[in-house]
Amino acid sequence: MERSLPVWLLAALLVALLILLPLAWLVVLSLSTGAGAGLGSYRAALTDPQLGKALWNTIVLAFWVGAFSLAIGAPMAWLTARTDLPGKRTIRALMLASFVTPPFLGAFAWVMLAGPNAGLLNKLYREVTGAQEPLLNIFSMPGLIFAVTLYTFPYVFIMIANTLELIASDLEEAAAILGARRVTVALTVTLPMVAPAIASGFILAVLQALALFGSPAILALPAGFHTITTQIWSYFQYPPKVELAAAASMPLLVATALLLWLQKRLLGRRGYASVGGKTGQRRGIALGAWRWPAFAGCLAVMACSIFLPYGVLAKAALSRAWAQPLSWDNFTLANVWFTFWQYSATQSAVVNTLELGVMTATVGALMAAVLAYTVNRRLVPGAQFLPFLVLAPVVIPGVVLAVGLFIAYTRPPLVLYGTLWILFAAYLTKELPVGYSQSDATFRGVHTDLEEAGRILGAGRLRVLREITAPLARSGIIATWCFIFIGVIRELSASIILFTPATKVISVVIFDLKEEGQFGAIAVLGLFMLLVTFATVTLMQALLGRDVLGVRE
Amino acid sequence: MNRARALIAALVVACAITGGAAWAQDPRLEAAKKEGKVVWYTSLVLPSAEKVAKLFEAAYPGIKVEVHRTGSQRIIQRVMQELQANIKTVDVIHTSDAGHFVMLKDKKLLAQYTPAGTDKFPAGFKDKDGYYFGLRATVNVIMYNTKSVAAAEAPKTWKDLLDPKWKGKEVTAHPGYSGVTATHVLALVHLYGWDYFKQLGQNRVMLTQSANDPPTVVASGERIIAVNGGEYSAYQLKKKGNPIEIVYPKEGVPLVVSPTAIAAFAPHPNAARLFTDFTFTRDVQQVMADSEGLYTGHPEVKYPADKPKLGELKLLTVDADELEKRNEEIKKRFVEFFGA
Repeated sequence: MERSLPVWLLAALLVALLILLPLAWLVVLSLSTGAGAGLGSYRAALTDPQLGKALWNTIVLAFWVGAFSLAIGAPMAWLTARTDLPGKRTIRALMLASFVTPPFLGAFAWVMLAGPNAGLLNKLYREVTGAQEPLLNIFSMPGLIFAVTLYTFPYVFIMIANTLELIASDLEEAAAILGARRVTVALTVTLPMVAPAIASGFILAVLQALALFGSPAILALPAGFHTITTQIWSYFQYPPKVELAAAASMPLLVATALLLWLQKRLLGRRGYASVGGKTGQRRGIALGAWRWPAFAGCLAVMACSIFLPYGVLAKAALSRAWAQPLSWDNFTLANVWFTFWQYSATQSAVVNTLELGVMTATVGALMAAVLAYTVNRRLVPGAQFLPFLVLAPVVIPGVVLAVGLFIAYTRPPLVLYGTLWILFAAYLTKELPVGYSQSDATFRGVHTDLEEAGRILGAGRLRVLREITAPLARSGIIATWCFIFIGVIRELSASIILFTPATKVISVVIFDLKEEGQFGAIAVLGLFMLLVTFATVTLMQALLGRDVLGVRE
Repeated sequence: MNRARALIAALVVACAITGGAAWAQDPRLEAAKKEGKVVWYTSLVLPSAEKVAKLFEAAYPGIKVEVHRTGSQRIIQRVMQELQANIKTVDVIHTSDAGHFVMLKDKKLLAQYTPAGTDKFPAGFKDKDGYYFGLRATVNVIMYNTKSVAAAEAPKTWKDLLDPKWKGKEVTAHPGYSGVTATHVLALVHLYGWDYFKQLGQNRVMLTQSANDPPTVVASGERIIAVNGGEYSAYQLKKKGNPIEIVYPKEGVPLVVSPTAIAAFAPHPNAARLFTDFTFTRDVQQVMADSEGLYTGHPEVKYPADKPKLGELKLLTVDADELEKRNEEIKKRFVEFFGA
């Protein structure tokens, strides 16, 4: 009997408890009607015309976000991975920035850019053309799709660019030698090879859009429509209808699970493409006259995603009135002063957020490492099933997870609501799949030879892990830490249901400020959040010595 | 900022001269200092709430005020949600939905406490059993952006807002969030029936949450007409030079008296009483009238000359009990007509 077995077993049990408890409660409560068990809540939820509309809106949103993310992400991935596009590094750096920008912050910035009347772009458009009608209306379904796509297409980009990097270019060259034109090569040779990656990128984008809370709350509610996440949130209004919220969470949960299953199947078939890894060479396709126009196109996309939103946030942070022109009269530091020193919620929210970020990242990275190690070295019986459990939270949208946690931890024996621990549990559960995937890759890369040598010389499993494996896996574990940390400090959809005034986090404070139209303070906090994020990313890049998006140089 | 500082300084001096000595001997002071802080769930617009908190902290060093500002409906949601989980955080509850206090009193969640000086307040500001008292009042008004709408064209009556020419140009706050707005909706339902809101909903009105937000939306020019909203926020914006004008419809303006009460389970009861007394002093009530543009029940408060006196306006009032009973109906119908 292996002496270290209890350690691995304990870790596995803890994960099971963390994930299964809220899910079990969710199911139990969705089936309770107050007067006993039954399908009453489901009936009430299904017959609620509001929820029906919200569901439909969600489907529309998710589909179009998926489609547009693909339309933008796929060509950009091809351009940066396979062609002689200028400024590839810049595009990738911007892509990373867009990837880590919290979508609700982007949505908020776009309110200032494309609000139909006060939006700066619309004002400019009116001045230039003399038109009466606005160019863009961000408070609409198309507006919402647009604002969500801007921060979702990087998922598609990463998915496809990574695959393209792995595919050798000999097939493409063969086609070119046989006289095919560049576009024909791209469409008939490259495209089929990356088709699974494309489909799975589409699904990933759809999943992101399904689970999003912040952007619909900022853009859809003023326009008078709900998505499923905002609808679930509104069930918490007094008097709360937690049973209804639980029942309404189910379609979202099922849809997410199905889509992920589909994605896994698609990716599993990737084998038919010539993904060889080591064989063949990749040569850039010459774009010729299209080089600079293509570069300009990429920059235009990044302008919508990064330059314009960040610019308008900076302007709002430093202006008395964000809609007025930037001038010395309008310049002020009052927003910064108000946000950090006068508004009493800020300081504690900053402390809470950082505390939760560090705690979750540390515990999460350790847990992910132990689990990945357990699975890779098959240390407990049934280890091959652990990944399913650990990756399960991926199918739970933040709002749904929060409903489950809320139910589980507002009643004895474990009342965590009102403490930071409930947020910690939520974040840990939510980030575990990310952390696990990252650690899994790390341990796969650490060969067992060295460990075995240590074992033969008489060291126990834990000592080998501490003295041999851990040092080898260190940079991977640190990267996991950073990933989790970034995920935690931007989290909104679970926090918005689980916070209490004493346990507010930055994202919740931003949301509170939004309700009152305190644009300046939101911009200040938003920029602060981005600053912390980018500092973490820089640290991670330095430690890893490579691009965190995983695209090879 | 400097204004706020000057006010604090002036107030501290005033306290030292007039009431400071008396406060210092207050036997509750020692107990309150031991408690160290008071937790205030408030729907008062954020900068105003922070200002009142800072004034208190300046007058009573050593006792901190934790301000948690959100919409009335979300305050009540928080309070009830926390109680369900047996969390006792809040000391002083202040929302703009008088119905909440009827409900809280019924559930025995309020402490009976009559703040010093409120005996001189008019009846509309006092609960007959002494559980809650009106800290401030405002009226719901129409607002328009002066850059986009000429004074002559601006809507004068509530019904003018139904004109299709304002389609896509109006903004409203949400009764599912804001108590000021819930009161407003009920008052107008009394006047015109639900049909009024059904018609208004056809104008594709932009929805905001807080009653403080329609004024900021109008000031920024995002929409040019606010179909309701707290007059005090609009007044403040106007004072700061924003292009916003206030219309007081002659059919009447819904009066919203926002009560405050101490929770029966308050973890810092002494600090809560000190703070509540403090907020009803003439000085603080005058601050609310001066810089915040609010109305109060305090008989000695003087109002800015550029604002109508409450007595000059036709006021529409709603009964707190009715507001409490019809809360669900108001939210449901509103969502039906406005979409979310």
